[in-house]
This record gives sequence, C-alpha cells and structure tokens, in this order.
Amino acid sequence: MAAVGKSVARKDGIGKATGGAKYADDLTFPGMLFGRTIRSTIPRGRVRSVKLDFDTAGFTIVDHRDVPAKNAVDLMSQDQPFLVETEVRHMAEPILLLAHEDKEKLSAARVEIEYDEEAPLFDPEQSTQVFKAIDIVKGDVAAALAKADVIVEGTYRTGHQEHIYIEPNGVIAVPEDGGIAIYGSVQCPFYVIKALRCMLGSAHPNVRVIQTETGGGFGGKEEYPSIIAGHAVLLALKSGRPVKIIYDRVEDMVATTKRHPAIVRHRTGLTRDGKLVAMDVDVLLDGGAYVTLSPTVLSRGCIHAAGPYSCDDTRIQGRAVFTNTPPNGAFRGFGAPQTEFAVEVHMDRIAEQLGIDPVELRRINALRPGDRTATGQTLRDDCSAHMVLEEAVKRTDFTRKRREYRGTNRTIGLSLFYHGAGFTGAGERNLKSKARLELTLTGVRIATGSTEIGQGTRTMHAQIVTDALAIPYESVEVAQPDTSRVADSGPTVASRTCMVVGKILEECALEMKEKLGGLTPAEYYARSGGLTVERMYEPPDWIQWDDNTYLGDAYATYGWGCDVVELEVDPDTYEVRPLRITAVQEFGRPIHPALARGQIEGGTAQGMGYALLERVVMRDGAMANSTLTNYTIPTTLDMPEVDVVMLENPYPGGPFGAKGLGELPMDGPAPAVVNALRHMGLDVREIPATPELIAACGTIA
Amino acid sequence: MRTAVSELDLRSTASLDDALRILRDERRTPLAGATDLYVGLNFGTLPQRAFLDIWAVDELRGVAERGDALVLGALATYTSLIRSPLVQRRLPMLVEAARQVGGVQIQNRGTIGGNIANGSPAGDSLPVFAAADAVIVLRSADSERRIPITEYYTGYRATVMRPDELIVAIEVPPVEGRQWFRKVGTRAAQAISKIVVAGVRSAKPSVAYGSVAPTVVRVPRTEEALAAGAGIDAAVSVLETEIKPIDDIRSTAEYRLRVATNLLRRFWAETA
Repeated sequence: MAAVGKSVARKDGIGKATGGAKYADDLTFPGMLFGRTIRSTIPRGRVRSVKLDFDTAGFTIVDHRDVPAKNAVDLMSQDQPFLVETEVRHMAEPILLLAHEDKEKLSAARVEIEYDEEAPLFDPEQSTQVFKAIDIVKGDVAAALAKADVIVEGTYRTGHQEHIYIEPNGVIAVPEDGGIAIYGSVQCPFYVIKALRCMLGSAHPNVRVIQTETGGGFGGKEEYPSIIAGHAVLLALKSGRPVKIIYDRVEDMVATTKRHPAIVRHRTGLTRDGKLVAMDVDVLLDGGAYVTLSPTVLSRGCIHAAGPYSCDDTRIQGRAVFTNTPPNGAFRGFGAPQTEFAVEVHMDRIAEQLGIDPVELRRINALRPGDRTATGQTLRDDCSAHMVLEEAVKRTDFTRKRREYRGTNRTIGLSLFYHGAGFTGAGERNLKSKARLELTLTGVRIATGSTEIGQGTRTMHAQIVTDALAIPYESVEVAQPDTSRVADSGPTVASRTCMVVGKILEECALEMKEKLGGLTPAEYYARSGGLTVERMYEPPDWIQWDDNTYLGDAYATYGWGCDVVELEVDPDTYEVRPLRITAVQEFGRPIHPALARGQIEGGTAQGMGYALLERVVMRDGAMANSTLTNYTIPTTLDMPEVDVVMLENPYPGGPFGAKGLGELPMDGPAPAVVNALRHMGLDVREIPATPELIAACGTIA
Repeated sequence: MRTAVSELDLRSTASLDDALRILRDERRTPLAGATDLYVGLNFGTLPQRAFLDIWAVDELRGVAERGDALVLGALATYTSLIRSPLVQRRLPMLVEAARQVGGVQIQNRGTIGGNIANGSPAGDSLPVFAAADAVIVLRSADSERRIPITEYYTGYRATVMRPDELIVAIEVPPVEGRQWFRKVGTRAAQAISKIVVAGVRSAKPSVAYGSVAPTVVRVPRTEEALAAGAGIDAAVSVLETEIKPIDDIRSTAEYRLRVATNLLRRFWAETA
C-alpha cells in the first residue's frame, strides 16, 4: 500500500506519453493574436527613433508608454524595464511589441530603430558597478595563511550555460471577466503575479496565472516568464484580445537568461601533510545588464565556495557585477556549480603540489557531523561527505585505476560536493509557504503553486500525501497550478519542492487524517461535505542566520555527492569520450526511486555538457551560436552509462526523511572531468573544456 | 524569423525531362530531401522563393557501375549509400561519411546531390568525392557536362552550375589504394564538422579536407610530398603551409590546423 519509496506511475505520465498533455503552444483562444518582440540590436546606447516600416492595419503596437503603472520587473530589484524607454543596456533588449492575427504578417513587419551607441562593457573584471557584494569571514585567514606550511593559489573560470529546456518560453494572456488570465510555461506562477501587479498597479487587480504543462525549466523559467507575461498582458490589454507569445529557439537563446559566468580565485594554506588551515576565496559573477536574481546566485555560490571541507580560518568574498550582456539568472545549482568546480579542481591541484593522493586529501579535510562549515554552521548527523566519498572510491576501484591509467590516453577523476536544500538562511522562514489539501468526492486534491516541470512534482507530492493519509495513490489528484485556486507554496526552485512543500503537504495530510476520524474521504464527504486543510511551512526552530554577516545555518540540510568520471582523450583530435560515470549521491531518502534516478542521470548529463561541450560564443554582447546546431548539448552518444548510487541518510525535517535533490547532480561532473584530465597531465582550469582548449593544454599519450 | 511559407512557390515533378524543362523556363531552386532547405526556412536565411521538388524523380535514385565508373544518382540518400553493396565495396570511405551525417532521419532524406549542391565547406561527403577524383554530371534541357569536383566550387557556396542545370549523378572512377575517412564534429553525433578529411593511399596518394577553406580542398603539394616518399614529417610541414583554416563559432584556426596535421599522420600510419 505504501507509495513512498516505490516507483509508482507518474501522475502526468499517460498525458505526456500519448500526446494528450497541453503545452502553451497547444492552446488557442477565440480571436487570439500572436505577439512578437522587437529587440535592441546594440549592446549599449540610447534609442533615438523608432520607425514602423510596414502597413500597421490590423496590428496592435505597444511601447513603454502603454505600461499602466510601473515599467519595472518586480524581482529582487526593480531596475529592469519591461520595455526600453530610451536606455539600452544589452543586445536583444525588448523595445517594442507587435501583435497580429497572422503570424506571417507579424514576422514580415519591419521596424527601424536608430540609436546613439555607447561603448559597451563586456569584461566583468573591468566592471565597477556591483549588484551585490558578500564577505563571509570565519576566523582569521590572513594569520592562518602566514602560518601555513604550503600555499596553493589558482584561478578558475566557468562559462555561460544555456538551459535548453526542450519547450521554449511561451505564455498566453487572455482577457476575462473582470481581469486577465495568463497561461504559460512557468516555474513560479506567483512570481509572475508579483511582477504583473507592479506593472499593472491597482487599476487591474484581477490577474491569475495558470501553469500549462511545462517542458523543462532548470531555472530558465523561474524569473524570465514574468517579462514575457508582462509583454503578452500589455498587448492583450491594448487589443482586448488573447495574445500568445511563444519564443522560437533562437530568440529564446539570444534573449533569455543563462548561467552566470564566473571567475573564482583560491589562495589556500595547508600543513605539509595536507590539512587545510586557511581558505581565501574570491568569487566574481558576471551578472549581465540587470540585477535579476544575481544577489542570491552569488549568495549560494559563495556559501558553497569552500567546498565540503572543514577549515577554521576561511574568508569568502564575492561580487556580482554589471556588464552589457543579457542578464544572467537562475540555473540549476544557482552559483554552486561554478564555485564547486573551482574548489574541486583546486583540491586536485593541491594534491598534486603536496604529492598527496586526491582521495586522501579529501579524507583528511571533508566535513563530518559536528564540523563547522564556512558560514559557521555546525553540521548534524545528516552530513554524508565521507560516506559518499568512500562508496565512490570503493565502487569504482578508483585507486587502482588511477594508477593503471597513468601514461595512457585513458584517465579517471573524482569530485566531492554538496548542495544546500531549500532557500538560504532565513529564506524559508520569510517565505511563509503554504500548501493546501482539499477533500474530493473520491479522495483528496493537492492545491499548491508547485509546478511539475518534468521533475515529478505531482507524483512525488501525491506519494507523500498517499502515505500520510493512508489512502490509495490513485485517489490523490493534483490541481493544475492556478494562482486563484491554489496556495502559494513558494517558487519551484532551490531543491525545495520535495523537502519543503512535501513537508507541508505531509502535515496537511496528517491533520486531515485526524479530522477524517477514521472515515475514508468518500465517507466523510458524503456525511459532512468538503474539507480543506491549509498549513504554512515551519522551518526547524534551531536555524539561526545573520543576513549581514552571512554567518549561521545556511541550509537546514545538505545533499552530498561524489562523482567519478572515466574518460579517454583522442590523441589526434583532443575529443573527450566519457566511458563511465559513477554518481554516488545522498539526499535523505528517495520518495520515487525512478524519478530520483532520472534527476541524477539528467543532472549529470547537464553537468557533462557544462564540462565539455556547452560553449556560449558571445560576439558584441550577443550569443552568436544561438542554435541547437552550434550550441551543442550532449546526445546519448556523448553520454556513457551513469552508475547511480542512491545512499540514504534521512533528514528528520523532510517528508519521510527526504532532502532536496534537483540541483545536487549538477555540481559534480565538471570538476570530476577536469580532475581526470589533470591526471593525464592536462592543466585545465576552465570549462567548457572543449577540444580546442585541451589542445592548447598539452599533448596526450 | 521563420520564412513565410505561404509566399513560397513550389512545383513538383516525377520526370527528369519535365524537371529540366521547368528549370529552363523558370527560375526555380531544385529541392529533394530538403534537409538543408528547412534549416534556411526556419532561420529565414533562404533568399529563394520558388522551388522545384524533384524527390519523386526515381531515375536519379540508383547506384550502378557504368564502364569502370561507380555512378551515384543525385537522389541517392545517405541510407541507400550505407546499404549499397556496390558502394561498400568500391567506396567504403563514402559509407563511413554517410553514417556520420546528421541522424537517421537526415540520412533517410538527405541526398548526395543535395550535399554537393548545398556546397557547405563542412559537407561530409565532399572530401570523399574530392579524394576520389569524382566527376559531377550536370544536365540541362539541351546539354550535359562533366565537371571534376575539384573544379566545381568557385568560392564559398558558389559553384559553376547554371540555374537551368541539375546535378544528375556523381561518377567515381576506380579508386586504387586504401581509403580513409575521419570526421571531427562538435560532439559524438548530430554534429557539423569542425574538420573532415578523406584520403586514399596509393602510389599517388590523394588527401582532401573539409572545413578548412571556403570550399572542400585537395592538398596537392602535401600529396606530392607523400608521393615523393619525403616522409610524413615533411608532408606535415607542407600541409601546414598549404591550408589556412579560420576561426568561427565552431572552432579555431589553430585547432583546425593542428588536428589537420594530426589526422594526416593518422591516415598515413593507419594505411601503411
């Protein structure tokens, strides 16, 4: 009867497998227009004139003057306009919106924009405009460095990464009685509501957002859909008709957010036998032209920057800065893949310089329960760094292979990593997420704003409710997120949907079970009618966090991972062929083993693309390779089998012991790949490690 | 922005004579598998608006031996080349190249004539034909001419073909010696070549490269060095001066040159 821990049928499985599931572009409404965004073609300057070079009959045309209240996307800061007024800060910035009922006429419309161009700033190291600075100080790093036997320094770079959700961004704004409805491919329906309220003001109070079936997000549909929704709403208000805006792949790649490029500097002091005594880390993120979520990406990046290691004297400084490039934003891992890449490659360089085995170096320094992290958080029993490391080393016969492969074109490397689950610090407390459970004629309905974006939200939430209520899995239904009908359970981000929202649902179910008093939902409904239980998230009471000093309990718990990558390098072409990946990951307890495995396999593939293939070529501040032909993600032939090992170490605060999992698998592959290359004598310190980069790093046996 | 499809003018025919007459009387771009054309339509980069669909012209589909030449009909798909015992026996490097074009769907639709007509310097079959001294057979309503592939391209995606002509076949003379092919794409599959090379090892070795110049190229001076028995190091030195690849969004000049030389060595070692 128990559903948790079993790979039950997906709630969304049949619809997706049969093609019945409706995505944004599958929907159509009477009188619907199609919308198009006219974008800047310079990276920096001012709009001098806009000339409509087409017959405007039948067109709805919107510019910044059509914004009813505030022309600002309400996110962390309100610096980004929905539509350019005069100042252009990046390529492909929205300036004008057009709508027409005929897609071809819409495409053919020509708009001439003249600019006064200004010299753009592309190099984050030259940028003096800081969106956010962080300084985490634990102990006295200068004094500790002065006493260290050995100091190892290094600079590591990571590039942009594009999300490549298989369904591009798209929304439809539909005027309805007394308001407006937005249907769209979104991760966070309530973020869209917040942004629209600010844009529309009090004149348009009735706005609701309905999440349509969503073909992947990876963070790329966290904040950006607010902008597209705003555009569709402006066109819908002006035309009085439904307006659909669906980006094609090129527009999606050129205009929407990407992973922040990073430059991370390490200066590390050690004893001669390999104990970390001082870690001085500097993190620089290229934020792009607007703030978006850069402060929190920097925050998560900095908190994870010292890696899963114990070191009493640590300082982590970070900056996210402005450049004249399209804004970077949320992407699976949220800053941690960048900083964990740096620290893990740095650890292998340390091992090399000290002449210590990299596994041994990690054994000496990896965090244990009772140790304090860089933010001074004392870890509890759910810390599993050593467990995942030992399992991975044993399972892959790492030490023997490491020795045997030396001097050949085959090699092996590993990375040790961790990922905090849920919002940082006091984030979950401030968020006050709610979840709701409603009795139905035949069972219960889950009503939350958590979105199914391929990762299995509906199924996993239903499993938790099933077991907490002790009713059949089939009798649990999951409402389509519609902000007018579901509880605001917070955004579907930050590896929190299972651990946090799942926990509220578990509590809702337990409360409902008590209220049912032994009756089945059907019996209760027949006797007493409907019943709704809504609860708010209560984070563990021991969490202490200081947002000014960045000290305290950064996350209620962490997932832990150790990836081992075996690969070959072609001596003629420098192409890397991964042969086998072992992903040992501990995330409390898998609610749905098959979906969890899917998260790990998919995140590992995304990490392998990040490591080896996915290079965003920026020219004049715009992505020059904005096609799936020239921005290459791994195919099945680029990915070897992933040996997934799911270890369990339950987190008492999660539903059935579960932690967050979504982001963890993204952190490990890149450093494991580069550490394998290092074992071959290739001094790689940046990703993607393309054949072009590897060719410049040395020769291969 | 996607090309407005409703404005396109498409005719089709199943007869070669009809096709040639239409091309004589109207300015139309022939299309068959449309695998390259759809890319252009999708990105709105296609200048043409009028097309002639010749996919159904079955007489252009065959693979046969005529005299001592292997004759490939222009509409032979990659899949048919991969499966053809004749091609497997006479031109195994073409089978190798065809296997690495796109994915199965592209191999089923893409034609050898289309690969030649499209004229991308990264076209995977082109170095094979160049190394094999293939001849392109062009036919119009009232004439036919045979152009060696090395004389067919006049610049980046520019050819000697007239608008009234159609590629009807590719003739490949007997290839003496061991054949060798290598594609280096941007990933393991579904990739465009960053460099592609075909070679034939004989007393007069031939080597052709794609993606290192505006057109597919033979490297005659390098071939001479190899033929003269000057040794592979000497030949590599010649090659380094003979090709001048460029940087683009897929790769760099430096990488291409280095890999071109490495692959020359590999070709020479593996065909020894």
